[in-house]
Amino acid sequence: MQITVTVNGDEHTADVEPRLLLVHFLRDTLGLTGTHWGCDTSNCGVCVVWLDGTPVKSCTVLAVMADGRTVRTVEGLADGATLDPVQQGFVQCHGLQCGFCTPGMMMTARWLLDRNPDPSENEIREAISGQACRCTGYENIVRSVQWAAVNKS
Amino acid sequence: MQVPAHFEYERATSVDHALALLAKWGSEARVVAGGHSLIPMMKLRLARPEALIDINDLEELAYVRLDGDVLAVGAMTRHADLLASPLVGEHYPIFHDAERVIADPVVRNRGTVGGSLCQADPSEDLSAAFAAVGAAAVVRGPGGERKVPVREFHTGPYETVVAPGELLIEIVVPVRPGGGSAYEKVERRVGDWAVAAAGAAVWLDGDTVSDAGIGLTAVGAAHFHAPEAEEFLRGSPATDANLVEAGRIAAAHCEPVADQRGPSDYKKHLAGELTTRALRRAVERARGAI
Ligand SMILES: Cc1cc2nc3c(=O)[nH]c(=O)nc-3n(C[C@H](O)[C@H](O)[C@H](O)COP(=O)(O)OP(=O)(O)OC[C@H]3O[C@@H](n4cnc5c(N)ncnc54)[C@H](O)[C@@H]3O)c2cc1C
Ligand code: FES
Ligand code: FES
Repeated sequence: MQITVTVNGDEHTADVEPRLLLVHFLRDTLGLTGTHWGCDTSNCGVCVVWLDGTPVKSCTVLAVMADGRTVRTVEGLADGATLDPVQQGFVQCHGLQCGFCTPGMMMTARWLLDRNPDPSENEIREAISGQACRCTGYENIVRSVQWAAVNKS
Repeated sequence: MQVPAHFEYERATSVDHALALLAKWGSEARVVAGGHSLIPMMKLRLARPEALIDINDLEELAYVRLDGDVLAVGAMTRHADLLASPLVGEHYPIFHDAERVIADPVVRNRGTVGGSLCQADPSEDLSAAFAAVGAAAVVRGPGGERKVPVREFHTGPYETVVAPGELLIEIVVPVRPGGGSAYEKVERRVGDWAVAAAGAAVWLDGDTVSDAGIGLTAVGAAHFHAPEAEEFLRGSPATDANLVEAGRIAAAHCEPVADQRGPSDYKKHLAGELTTRALRRAVERARGAI
């Protein structure tokens, strides 16, 4: 099936099988390996990307479901050479530990801050509650998001 | 890597189009809404439809609104939108209580109310909440529309009255004055399915319970429902002793199975305790507390 998906502002057309998952389309077809892939059961959240502006777990979305829609991945966070405040926060506060959960965490954090520029610690923890960090370094991740909230750039 | 087996994909542009596509593909077709139950089942080969009819474009089924004195929830309403709806908070806070503990925010962005009811997982939360408030499901098929009480909607684990070729369109709940509702759940960790959960809706006439609805999930209650406990409460004073007794009766009629979430007697204990807690909160809300 031919699909056209706008990813981080660029239109991509590809011929895919209906059973191809969005996470594999992004990683294998488009080579955008920033989006990670872990549990495969919608539990760990490392595969979170935005679909039409909303974070979803891309291991449970078919690529064909994204036909005609827009996707934003971690590669689309920075504005050229300028990192998004969320990315800067992860650098400043050591939120980027082994880095495996980082892309999903950042996509959810950006979405949270767009809707709620000044979240409480609880609101941050609630927002990322569907995402597992194997380093269990949630303290630094929460601090990174708080840093981004303060340093809006 | 878990990937579903081969299938054909069609995207519906309207309810009528979806029904036409279902008719075209016959009983081997399934609709896909949020896909958060169906796609994992297809990965595990627990489901193997030949065709998927995608109903995500059916914006006409994504709404929460008051139709006269009825709260109507479209089948394609996402969990996140039910949670965000002020109308729901005003009339049936039980749904906000339940949505707060269904999966996690990202899953709630995609999963739908209709998909949850049609999946008919024995641990599904909204089924218990809708059973508690006396909701009805509106189902449309080639022969027209029919309305089924949610308490008759589920015919067994993973089975509902929705026949191949039919679509769940919306769920309707009568809005009645003098009521309060609440949902209580125990899960192993944030975002997990219930070990046990109970929903309650109570209507008061002074200090007397004029009507009550109790829904249960994950504890082997037939049709997610506790009719004996409801019957006990109707016409009784809303005293704490009576709410405790209603919990005891609800638990006595459950048949939980032991699994990785806990032994049967623990779940039975929870069924009673959570029923009482949900009733207490529903009564407080009926009396005007938040
Ligand atoms: C990690 C995780 C945790 C979860 N935790 C919970 C939890 O704690 N509590 C809980 O209750 N749920 C939980 N869920 C389930 C979640 O609520 C799902 O979204 C829901 O079960 C299915 O909704 P869906 O829209 O994704 O349905 P789909 O997966 O698209 O569909 C499910 C079934 O319903 C059918 N269907 C869908 N819509 C219709 C319709 N309109 N008419 C007829 N048939 C239809 C499909 O054909 C399919 O058979 C969890 C899911 C995940 C992934
Ligand atoms: S890989 Fe998608 S949630 Fe874990
Ligand atoms: S930083 Fe290692 S998994 Fe989160």
